[in-house]
Amino acid sequence: MDELLIGSLVASTLRLSTPLLLCALAGLVSERSGVVDLSLEGKMLSAAFAAGAVGAVTHSAMLGIAAAVIVACLISLVHGFACVTHRGDQVVSGVAINMVAAGLTVVLGRSWFQQGGQTPPVDEAVRLRGLWARFAEPTAGDWIGSIFGHGLLSHDVLVYVAFALVGGVWFLLERTRPGLRLRAVGENPAMVDAAGLSVPLLRYFALMINGLLCGLAGSYLVLAQNASFSPNMTAGRGYIALAAMIFGKWRPVPTMLACLLFGFLDAASIRLQGAALPAVLGGGEVPVQLIQALPYLLTVVLLAGFIGQAHPPKALGLPYVKER
Amino acid sequence: MSQPLNLPRWIDIGLLPLWNLAIALLAAGLVVRGIGQDPLHAFGAMLQGALGSVRGIGYTLYYTTSFIFTGLAVAVAFHGGLFNIGGEGQATLGGLGVALTALAFPQLPAPVLLPMLVIAAALFGMAWALVPAWLQAWRGSHIVITTIMFNFLGASLNVYLLVNWLRPIGDMAVESADFSDAARMPALHELAARFGLELPSSPLNLSFVLALAACVFVWWFLWKSGAGYKLRAVGSSPRAAHYAGIAPRYQILLAMALSGALAGLVGVNEISGVQGKLTLDFVAGAGFTGIAVALMGRNHPIGIVLASLLFGVLYQGGAEVSFDIPDFSREMVVTAQGLIVLFAGAMAMVSAPLFARLYARFKRHG
Repeated sequence: MDELLIGSLVASTLRLSTPLLLCALAGLVSERSGVVDLSLEGKMLSAAFAAGAVGAVTHSAMLGIAAAVIVACLISLVHGFACVTHRGDQVVSGVAINMVAAGLTVVLGRSWFQQGGQTPPVDEAVRLRGLWARFAEPTAGDWIGSIFGHGLLSHDVLVYVAFALVGGVWFLLERTRPGLRLRAVGENPAMVDAAGLSVPLLRYFALMINGLLCGLAGSYLVLAQNASFSPNMTAGRGYIALAAMIFGKWRPVPTMLACLLFGFLDAASIRLQGAALPAVLGGGEVPVQLIQALPYLLTVVLLAGFIGQAHPPKALGLPYVKER
Repeated sequence: MSQPLNLPRWIDIGLLPLWNLAIALLAAGLVVRGIGQDPLHAFGAMLQGALGSVRGIGYTLYYTTSFIFTGLAVAVAFHGGLFNIGGEGQATLGGLGVALTALAFPQLPAPVLLPMLVIAAALFGMAWALVPAWLQAWRGSHIVITTIMFNFLGASLNVYLLVNWLRPIGDMAVESADFSDAARMPALHELAARFGLELPSSPLNLSFVLALAACVFVWWFLWKSGAGYKLRAVGSSPRAAHYAGIAPRYQILLAMALSGALAGLVGVNEISGVQGKLTLDFVAGAGFTGIAVALMGRNHPIGIVLASLLFGVLYQGGAEVSFDIPDFSREMVVTAQGLIVLFAGAMAMVSAPLFARLYARFKRHG
């Protein structure tokens, strides 16, 4: 019995962490270049809608993913136009994008599909399936098969892509020239400017990577986790991703660990719904809301400086003004 | 700004915001067009639904009331140099304060209980804003992030208390028990009936008067009181203010305390005025609308009243139009609101150089 529980808990932790991870990495790249991105939620939601709508109409997973990435990149461009080119307030722009996304996805969905904002489910063939079908269910009595097989190897390709991208983003930021410049523009844009590089161009570059990753996150929600788009299906995951990025102190590997932690809390709270507390803790029902609120609570505690200091990039949120 | 734009005041605070609003409404119109509806017809139906009847005006002003509270909350924090995105959570806590007080003292008469409810709403909202304020002032954590986190924490707390403690045993609906009649903020149509005036029923209640009073208070506080002067000094230049002997930390606490208290008063309008019991998600985005209201209203009480009316018309009108045009839903209003924040807030200065050039040319020739 326990191997079934542990196996499925590991599996659902990984599945629930994946969209968080993709979004958190997106936020990380943007914020390391000095652009605050509160619009992760809105981008993921719009991308999910694009993936759902295009996937259902064209019956193609690739086209769905492509549409999601394009939509998320376009939103990133709007954010860049407002905040990088015209030096508008980055927080305000993010809030605006989230509002427009929450509204527009439902307005268009209602009008196009006439299902109250839902998209029709994508075909079974379009959905992303686990790579190794024989691990789809944990087997009783088989510890290795349940925990390693079902827990780690039962997932679809996007899950592995997301975790591979942790290494990818780390390599980009820490080991490549564009990555070094991207980080520099988030710490000291004047220096980058003096070196003859374009600050706006680098920030747009970061925003495009951000759009790509948000697009994948949105695709995952519709093509792997659910079969169709439903209104507000991100349900605050974009903000949890933001919290995970801060919890990971704007670094890829700690951000991944934070996403795994938050994904685990999510998986555990689903499983503990209605379960009883152990007698040591006084019995009674497990307060599921508390477990669901833990990511936010932990992030506040971290920000308060009680779990080590989190240092954001120095030029974060400051529009760059070229001196005359 | 590398080049300070030479714009006269009437363009800066009058023409430019109206221009940005027009662009936002145009974009919203394009969306309406895009779903195959006639934007002008929808716009007309919207105005008719919001302002065309006494009942419609009642609903419009009821929405306006909540937006004035959250708009003022964002504005006060802004004058202290802070961006309070936590209006949603502070309003939730305000409603919780109203509910706990109303349920704890069911036997008190209205003249005693109603002021207590208002104070409880303000105190609960204030408490929820003070934690992020303290973290910002003493621990250096960014208030935008902490207030976002506190929105979710507030919502979770509300769900937890409703599900586990406040829901009457055996009830399926996630709501508290009904309050006593004394805990209901009187509706304006009931008051009017007492004076022999027949008004159609609407959720508009005395909280509207409270909202207008809050506007006057905020105006007096920010521009006529010493404390408000200090707060604005810290908001515009913390270093200069510090040098002049004003401790920025306490001003951050003060700005957020006032901001949270104002947001908390939404609870009076929604919970005491309309619902008569604590419900889930009663804030329904009013906290975020407050950001749009403060942006449009240029953080001034008069502007905030006007902007709240605008959004009141959008919300009430949008609800009416959705009966008329099936594809037109509440989400259309959210979209329009987002577009207004985008064009009048984030992209507010995109058109400014254009106006500066036009004005310079006009002045040279004229």
